[in-house]
Amino acid sequence: MHRTVKLYIDNNEVEVPEGTTIVEAAKKIGVNIPTLCYFEDLHPTGACGICVVEMEGTPAPKRACTTPVMEGMKVKTNSAKLRAMRKNVLEMILSNHNVECPSCYANGKCDLQELANNMAVDMNALPLILEDKPLDISSVSIIREPDKCIACGRCVVVCNEVQTVYALAFADRGFEVSVNTFFKEGLGNSACVNCGQCTVVCPTGALRERSEIDEVWKAILDPEKVVVVQEAPAIRVTLAEEFGMEPGLATTGKMHAVLKKMGFDHVFDTNFSADLTILEEGTELVERVKRGGTLPLITSCSPGWIKFMETYFPDFAENTSTCKSPQQMFGALVKTYFAKMYKIDPEKIVSVSIMPCTAKKYEARRPEMRDSGYQDVDFVLTTREFVRMIKESGIDFKTIPEEKAEKLMGEYTGAATIFGATGGVMEAAIRSAYFLLTGENMKNLDVEAVRGMEGIKEAELEIPAKELGNLKVKVAVAHGLGNARKLLDKVRKQIKETGKSEYAFIEIMACPGGCVGGGGQPYGSTIAMRARRGEGLYKEDKNLPMRQSHENPMVMGEEGVYAKFLGKPGSHKAHELLHTCYFERDICKGAVVKELTHKH
Amino acid sequence: MSFYRMHIIIPMDEEAVEHGAIEVKRELSELIEKNNLKDEVKVIETGPVGVVGKGVVMIIYPERLYYYNVKPSDVKEIFEEHIVKGRIVKRIEHDYGEKRAGKIVDYKTVGLTREQKRVVLDRCSIINTLDMEEVIAKGGYSAIEKIISEKIKPEEIIEEVKNSGLRGRGGAGFPTGLKWDFTRRTPGDEKYLICNADEGEPGTYKDRLILEGDPHKLIEAMIIGGYAVGAEKGYIYIRGEYQLSIERTQKAIDDARKFNLLGKNILESGINFDIEIKKGAGAYVCGEETALIESLEGKRGQPRKKPPYPVNKGLWEKPTAVNNVETLANIPAIIINGANWFKNLGAVNSSGTKVFTILGHVEYPGLVEVEMGTPLKDIINIYGGGVKKGKKFKAALIGGAAGVFLSEKLLNVSMDYESLKENKAVLGSGAILVMDEDTSIPEILFSILKFFAHESCGQCSPCRIGTRHLVDLIYKIKNGEGTEKDLDMMLKIVETMKETSFCPLGQSVIMPVKSALTNFKEDFIKILNKKNNEEVLNA
Repeated sequence: MHRTVKLYIDNNEVEVPEGTTIVEAAKKIGVNIPTLCYFEDLHPTGACGICVVEMEGTPAPKRACTTPVMEGMKVKTNSAKLRAMRKNVLEMILSNHNVECPSCYANGKCDLQELANNMAVDMNALPLILEDKPLDISSVSIIREPDKCIACGRCVVVCNEVQTVYALAFADRGFEVSVNTFFKEGLGNSACVNCGQCTVVCPTGALRERSEIDEVWKAILDPEKVVVVQEAPAIRVTLAEEFGMEPGLATTGKMHAVLKKMGFDHVFDTNFSADLTILEEGTELVERVKRGGTLPLITSCSPGWIKFMETYFPDFAENTSTCKSPQQMFGALVKTYFAKMYKIDPEKIVSVSIMPCTAKKYEARRPEMRDSGYQDVDFVLTTREFVRMIKESGIDFKTIPEEKAEKLMGEYTGAATIFGATGGVMEAAIRSAYFLLTGENMKNLDVEAVRGMEGIKEAELEIPAKELGNLKVKVAVAHGLGNARKLLDKVRKQIKETGKSEYAFIEIMACPGGCVGGGGQPYGSTIAMRARRGEGLYKEDKNLPMRQSHENPMVMGEEGVYAKFLGKPGSHKAHELLHTCYFERDICKGAVVKELTHKH
Repeated sequence: MSFYRMHIIIPMDEEAVEHGAIEVKRELSELIEKNNLKDEVKVIETGPVGVVGKGVVMIIYPERLYYYNVKPSDVKEIFEEHIVKGRIVKRIEHDYGEKRAGKIVDYKTVGLTREQKRVVLDRCSIINTLDMEEVIAKGGYSAIEKIISEKIKPEEIIEEVKNSGLRGRGGAGFPTGLKWDFTRRTPGDEKYLICNADEGEPGTYKDRLILEGDPHKLIEAMIIGGYAVGAEKGYIYIRGEYQLSIERTQKAIDDARKFNLLGKNILESGINFDIEIKKGAGAYVCGEETALIESLEGKRGQPRKKPPYPVNKGLWEKPTAVNNVETLANIPAIIINGANWFKNLGAVNSSGTKVFTILGHVEYPGLVEVEMGTPLKDIINIYGGGVKKGKKFKAALIGGAAGVFLSEKLLNVSMDYESLKENKAVLGSGAILVMDEDTSIPEILFSILKFFAHESCGQCSPCRIGTRHLVDLIYKIKNGEGTEKDLDMMLKIVETMKETSFCPLGQSVIMPVKSALTNFKEDFIKILNKKNNEEVLNA
């Protein structure tokens, strides 16, 4: 039950629940008060001072982002004074900002740029006082450009409050203030799990991925190289919004077509290895249930989550599935299975992945990810990098006719495509685990309970298993590492107190919303946008002829990867190529302390 | 009880200790002991008397004579000449320039040590504040006794404080009774009372002298405050540099515990209250109450957004009253003497006394407690001894760095909240920095702005970036390279900071800047383009 408050904004009466801030209340009457540090999904920091509004009876303006509404309040969002103040603050911020818009990664997506343009600021109002601030290039995933940082605090809030990774914090004070890491040793030497949520919320491009665009173009344009590409599920529902189409629309065919046109030699799809993951992970789950192995089993697709586990929850290493992520399964197969089938020297293969994720760049470079005898995945591009490449190539994405990925490692089911949304891996796994345990397909494939943007979701399933009788299985899904921490703290307590947990299977995705909300997704992705992309994936799933991973002919069929190459799910060869091990890491610098699990 | 023919008071504060007060006291005591005079002459270590820049001070009763800059090497002479033979050691007698030939100058009749209206400092430099019995004999904890014996309810205390008109002495002047009332009324079983002793306003050291001089008064006030708002735990957040204050306050807390004045079931009244000291790390912004709370919680000391205010959600999100040292030190007297007595002191809407720190170009820098509403010129001339070396008065910066530059036109202003407000000034912390005719206002402003740039927490962009621009601009101006446009730019920046800064630190930078630029405009105008003009002339 919410009490409501009535107030007046620019003489419009508006009624909102108690505790609403002025900036939110103003949206109700269609006014977006200019903001800079404010981001709708984060607690406001109140740092920038742009959103000031005037309130009757209050001598000084108040911040609209942090001031809660009060009964009868009379708010003015625009006045000569407010305009002047906002402009002055912006000019101050710009006087300490590296203004290199044309080459900036955030160009066109930068909140500071947009505001400055909207308000027609005078770039010469104040002398430039920007000091020399070196780039932080210590991380393989994320680069920090401190001279673009406006100290709005969004990244600090997302890192500490939403993700509870505690890699970023403010250091020093006054003009010397900087967003920084443990002992200023750089992101690469910190607890950072490379989730990249900081890059998504950064309003100015001070945080971005380490770009591999040049390396990929170089490979594509090298006739000697065989360049193979895979794309994560989330990519297909994100491109549309970047090219002026309906947000969340699945553009799978266009995505494949544009990649071919750009010059990739073989266009496959990560969804293929997502189906494969389900077979491996499903088998692992069924085995653990049957043999009384460590439960709950926790998914391992999200490399941000894996490093988080290694850092903060090493006691859950045995619970975490030994399966590699779909990207890495794909990578291990490209330089073995694909090379063998197409009779290509793996030395010549350049394996590229397109991911909604910055942590995938780190994952690809983990030393243990070389089971093919080479680095399994050579280059990882984020969605943002991919969009830049499409734009650079000049190909008209909107009108390009659809094409299909190559069959060998491009065929996929609906179960694979929903990997990109929170709860998707769980749902896909349930569909196939049900089949593995009962020998029959589920009647209703939609597991609604694990869908949606609720931080922690639970479902209870009844599975009439053949050998084990009627199984009651409780599962949980967490997305965003703060939610993962909450869930695991609970599980840890249960295990400590009773020796076991109520859950048999848990899906964890590092990013809020799952991969559609990944750290490599477009700047400024809100929860609302992430939800629309997720809906796009569920829509594609619904319309696909096959919706269960075990139905994928190129995985389980006669021409499939098991029949032709791996044997059967959980086989020795599968273990060699598709499974991995985990390391404990120290919480200050993220360095390996010891090996936690071994590869079988 | 023995009768002494002579009492020798050695006031102790940070400065005196630095200049060897402890050695002076030890050597004097040894001489007295060795010469079998300890039944005749008593040495008392007290809190500070309030003078600064005079090293170790010694006051001798019954003559009420005052020695200054006493060095350990002077002790023998003082002993042999004054104590044994009754001859004054003229060399170190502080006579405030009033050479009264052959007569002893009663220190209570001259200069800074002249008789004042002391409410919060009433016991300072009179008794040994570390001796619990002396404290109690001189009225210490009698307000607690009154509350317990007369069964005064918390609501009645709050009502009394409200009626007294006591306002916060930390700078903002918020009514103390109201703050306590809000804290009491906010539901919650755990509440806190915090004493803000993070005194950081430049030129202000009143809280230090209270802590060094009479920590028991503060403790007593906090017990009363805790009882009134419903808190069982209090914190004193003391600036870390205040080493002696921390030691003395800690000793006072320990002693109070021994006397069951702190802890569980105080004097069997059913009241529980205890106090813990937290040392600050020296950040100016931690004097802002929400930054102080953040720091107390072990976080980075930067202000929180308001609302919620600490009275609703303060320390550990619990209702919390944060009061300045001087504010609290008024409480026992209000309980004992009543609201009306307090209200009759001072000025309209500014009841009571105020401790001022006088510094800069005055003859006798130091600290005085006088009634609110005392004219500025009286404080400067009567207590401060006027402008040093007979020079002309130019300006006074009132209220610390976040204060206002007043010109001689306002020398008559009454020093209270309302009168200063009418003149676009603030009482602030009560610091009065006097500047003589030779002072360069741009230089002073440069130093103030450097201070703000250094102390800005950096949380919000207007303050973080604004303070830096201001330093650059004033530097340019004071070096004769400034232009009219630079002055306008400074005003534009401080106006913006006032309206858009997150906390009072950034919001108040306008006060020194605007008052300097308005009241002393000619000081700035005459140096604009100076360098440029000189170059043109030279060419």
